[in-house]
Amino acid sequence: MKRILLLALLLLAACSPRATETPSGPQTITIMTHDSFAASEEVVKAFEDANHAKVVFLQSGDTGAVLNKAILTKDAPLADVLFGVDNTFLSRALDADIFEAYEPLALQEIPAAFKLDPSNRALPVDYGDVCINYDKKYFADHNLIVPQSLEDLTRPEYAGLLVVENPATSSTGLAFLFATVAHYGDSFTDYWQALKDNGVVVVDGWETAYYTNFSASSGRGPQPMVVSYGSSPAAEVIYADPPVTDAPTASILGPDTCFRQIEFVGILKGTQNRALAEKFVDFMLSRQFQEDVPLQMFVYPVNPNANLPEAFTKYAQAPKQTAALPPDVIAENRDAWIQAWTDVVLK
Amino acid sequence: MGNSALSVSLWLKRILLWVPPLSFLAILFFFPLSKILALTFDFQTLTADNLQLAFRVLRFTLYQAVLSTLLTLLLGLPSAYLFARFDFRGKSFLRALTAVPFMLPTVVVASSFNAIWGGRGLFSFFFPSFNLHPSAFTLILLAHVFYNATIVIRVVGNALSSLDPKLEAAARSLGADSFRVWWNVILPLLRPSLLASSLLVFLFDFTSFGVILLLGGSQFSTLEVEIYLRVLKLPNLSLAALLSVIQLLCTLLFSLLYTRLVTRNPQQLNPRPVLLSPKTFKQRVFVSLFCLLLSTFFLAPLSALPFRSLFRLEADRGQRGEVQYGFTTDYYTELFVNRRGSVFYVPPIQATANSLTYAGATVILSLLLGFPAAFALARPTRLEKVLDPLIMLPLGSSAVMLGLGFIITYGQWLTSPLLVPFAHTLVALPFVIRVLQPAIASIPERLRQAAAALGASPFEVWKTIDLPILRRATLSAATFAFTISLGEFGATLLISRPEYPTIPVAIERFLSQPGGLNYGQAMAMATILMSLTLVGILLIEKFRLPKSGEF
Amino acid sequence: MLEVHRIFKTYEGKPLLEDISFKVDTGETVCLLGASGSGKSTLLRIIAGLEESDAGFVSFNGMDLTSTPPHLRDFGLVFQDYALFPHLNVNENVAFGLKMRRLPQTEIARRVASSLELVNLTGFGTRKVTDLSGGEQQRVALARALAIQPRLLMFDEPLGALDRTLREGLLNELRTILHHTQIPAIYVTHDQEEAFTLADRILILHDGAILREGTPAGVWSNPGSAYVAKFLGLGNVFEGVVSDERKVETRYGDFTVQCTHKHSKGEKVHLLARPLPAESEANVLQGVVSDIIFQQERFKVTLDTGLYVYIDDAPKVGESILARVKVECLG
Repeated sequence: MKRILLLALLLLAACSPRATETPSGPQTITIMTHDSFAASEEVVKAFEDANHAKVVFLQSGDTGAVLNKAILTKDAPLADVLFGVDNTFLSRALDADIFEAYEPLALQEIPAAFKLDPSNRALPVDYGDVCINYDKKYFADHNLIVPQSLEDLTRPEYAGLLVVENPATSSTGLAFLFATVAHYGDSFTDYWQALKDNGVVVVDGWETAYYTNFSASSGRGPQPMVVSYGSSPAAEVIYADPPVTDAPTASILGPDTCFRQIEFVGILKGTQNRALAEKFVDFMLSRQFQEDVPLQMFVYPVNPNANLPEAFTKYAQAPKQTAALPPDVIAENRDAWIQAWTDVVLK
Repeated sequence: MGNSALSVSLWLKRILLWVPPLSFLAILFFFPLSKILALTFDFQTLTADNLQLAFRVLRFTLYQAVLSTLLTLLLGLPSAYLFARFDFRGKSFLRALTAVPFMLPTVVVASSFNAIWGGRGLFSFFFPSFNLHPSAFTLILLAHVFYNATIVIRVVGNALSSLDPKLEAAARSLGADSFRVWWNVILPLLRPSLLASSLLVFLFDFTSFGVILLLGGSQFSTLEVEIYLRVLKLPNLSLAALLSVIQLLCTLLFSLLYTRLVTRNPQQLNPRPVLLSPKTFKQRVFVSLFCLLLSTFFLAPLSALPFRSLFRLEADRGQRGEVQYGFTTDYYTELFVNRRGSVFYVPPIQATANSLTYAGATVILSLLLGFPAAFALARPTRLEKVLDPLIMLPLGSSAVMLGLGFIITYGQWLTSPLLVPFAHTLVALPFVIRVLQPAIASIPERLRQAAAALGASPFEVWKTIDLPILRRATLSAATFAFTISLGEFGATLLISRPEYPTIPVAIERFLSQPGGLNYGQAMAMATILMSLTLVGILLIEKFRLPKSGEF
Repeated sequence: MLEVHRIFKTYEGKPLLEDISFKVDTGETVCLLGASGSGKSTLLRIIAGLEESDAGFVSFNGMDLTSTPPHLRDFGLVFQDYALFPHLNVNENVAFGLKMRRLPQTEIARRVASSLELVNLTGFGTRKVTDLSGGEQQRVALARALAIQPRLLMFDEPLGALDRTLREGLLNELRTILHHTQIPAIYVTHDQEEAFTLADRILILHDGAILREGTPAGVWSNPGSAYVAKFLGLGNVFEGVVSDERKVETRYGDFTVQCTHKHSKGEKVHLLARPLPAESEANVLQGVVSDIIFQQERFKVTLDTGLYVYIDDAPKVGESILARVKVECLG
């Protein structure tokens, strides 16, 4: 038995840390990201072939968890590049100083609205909108008019028809909370009181809300309105079974009903692969990757020159005006807002 | 002079027994946990407000855990009796079925509960007049029972099977009716296994996280949930650390209580279980009733998974032309298709192979580490009295905090796939030890002494005496380790490598995107996981250890 | 009085007990003697109510017990492996049946003490049963069964696990206790020595049926069948053919035996040649001595023919001897 243990330890030692570069073999670059990250095999392969490199992905939880892990290990980073910090976590990431600055050429093409970090340590890659999705059939069957604004949601005809996620445990729910804060300012708590009085259902996260509570998903839940993503209707079409010709859901696109989430990439401080990391960041902003992003992660590319797939243009709806809050304001008040929300809605 | 040399060698043997499991626990638990706690714990957080919050949360955590444990015992004990005493058609299947929920991802369980008991679930479909709206708290309790009943069924069931039926006959002939046979003879003899299973169930309920979060409708919070929420609010981890310490102290307390209450199991020897077909009217009623109850409780939600993976329900909206619903294998065939061409595509066969490989490694590892510890605990000395409560700590500590501890202690090693079975073993080990220990304690010492006197080395004694007698307990322990690994308990401690996907990872991936195809594939994967567990358990039960002497 | 009336029982399709009937009176000890697997234990369990028979019934003092559950029959059971409750000490074990009957504590204490005294275990009350020796455990089991003052005692091979001296001692003690308490008893065993020591009546069971029933002396002198004679080790049992009014031809020679009251000429019969020498007998066994075994007061001398006799003075192996023995005809 001792021999087995010894063998196991030896194997463990041989396999553990990420391999460092060998002069002749391909260089390895490690990307740390969250569980929702996805990319096409051929796109990644294209990068690997072009740069004689091997890409290793590390996924570990949602955005918050991944950021925590990066911050905790910043003195001995686990990866070269971190992708997935969004605008709600941007300040925390920047304050923790885990990134190295880099200004890729492609950055010039990106609209200024996305460049939330003037120091160029965190570079925008994609964006998505957290919007309320509604079940078209339900509204048609019940002769209901689709709400057009946040205010409408408090009307009695929509009592009990909305499911939201707890902002303490869900980034989707948090985004919606930010939308209400952006719209109502400090009196957002009154709005939530009204929502609560109107029977809003609260669950822990997007998966539960969408697949257990939402009526238009395969979960066949009770609520016809759910806080989800602007791209969700497109996904419902692309992944419909049996195939459909029209999206079963759509988003409410009234003013401030959607909150824009922007995702960033950054080179981790202390990386041994700076050159390759820069190339990867370039790659992420390149048309090839940007055009891959919609169907993989169901978000929009920041690069305006990237083409969108047809299903996206047809079924995903981009709101004309989304709610937004400055990252440092978010960082400062997030906890307080969540606490205030909890006190009103959950107590 | 000779005496002290003897006792030194005995001590040495004892310490040798403890070295493997203790070093494992030290490396994978005590060290990283103490590191993170040392880093984050701050005496300044011991404010009145924080302590108030802590105790409020603790109170609810204890409340739901105690209630859940009692309910689990309520269902589990008669079920254990059913399986241990009676033989009937479909028994192995039903028993294996009760073990399946244990390793299902919480989101799948929540989904299947909803498919049956939900607003538009099967139940309201068949009985529309029944306005069944279980409250969130009820759902939490039900889910806990659903998950953990198998612990009671297996652990107590094994002990029941090894009870000498002559004791019951003697009691009956002395005038004890059925109830008093139970109360005065059987239950006292079952005490060690009752306590062990109760402790395990309680600890699981105490640290329950997914169930509270997903089924609690965000209304309820336990220690584990609070720790999770605080950890999200880095960098101020000190409150999380405080809650972790409280959690640990509670676990220690319960373990100590357990060791106090558990007396040495009175030795008895009847390895051949006596199984009857139900004969008397009372027996038939009991068997039928409980089979029905168990089937409804377990089969109904679980069958929702294969059902949803093989059937399309109502036609989706926005459809023109042909409405296709009914039976379909599309979801399964789709599993093999990398529709998005994603680099993170999980090929089902590979995922299955990975899951099984990890499970196999976990079983071997936890048995190798668990046997020595269980042996030492079965014949406790002063050393064991100290070490016993420590064994349970991994089960009762916050996975979130431990994960952070892993990160800061082992950083880069976390990415190695080899570490996965070790992480699973961390959760499986306390189980294995608790299941093996009472069984070992019940082997009369004179059997071992006889074998030793006849020339058997300690290993041979283990192989020829203990192993055959412990076969049932070993298989039970192996089954737990297997299902714990399949269910990826402890996986949150590590960083997953997409090159080595497992089935639960695949399920999560599918459920993180909308779309009927994704949902169907998640159900298909969950069904595969379920079938794997069922087959695995049934196989383990059929597996005969070599050279087992039948008594 | 216990009456067992025409009990039938099959096990896995094969007959285990066939048409068993007998009675046990107050003060009587009946021994069920039979080889292992002959169904004796099952019969006990049926009488105790722990198992159901396929047909037939058991009654006590005229009352049919079929609907009476075991815990209300008031029968005491003593098992071979004692079946003591390991989690209770000696006192608690003995008191168990009394506790079930909800007797007052003082009465329980009194009866426990007297039961223990009856089995010579006074002072053992607080000992753990797992610490006791085999003989002591068996006595605790007996005390436990006696304490409830049962209307019938049943013993299922209770002394099987004990050594010879212990067994003999306990057997005698048991005899005394049974005579003293006058409780009717059924004693099941495969050891004929035990049966003959204890029984007022012996029932020999074979293949599920009662082959022979009678007092020990009666069964001994008149076994009634080849099986019983062989089972009891009464002597040499072999076949022969009736050749004449008083003659039976066998491969060991012709013997003068009266068999014709039951068998006609030409029929096969079984003969029993008792091994003790009987000078006045006409029948002889002769052959060459092949083996001699010392049996304390005499020698068991086996001949080359396979038959044996008991002789006081040992001949030598290879010697040719002739012994006069009693030969009987077996039913």
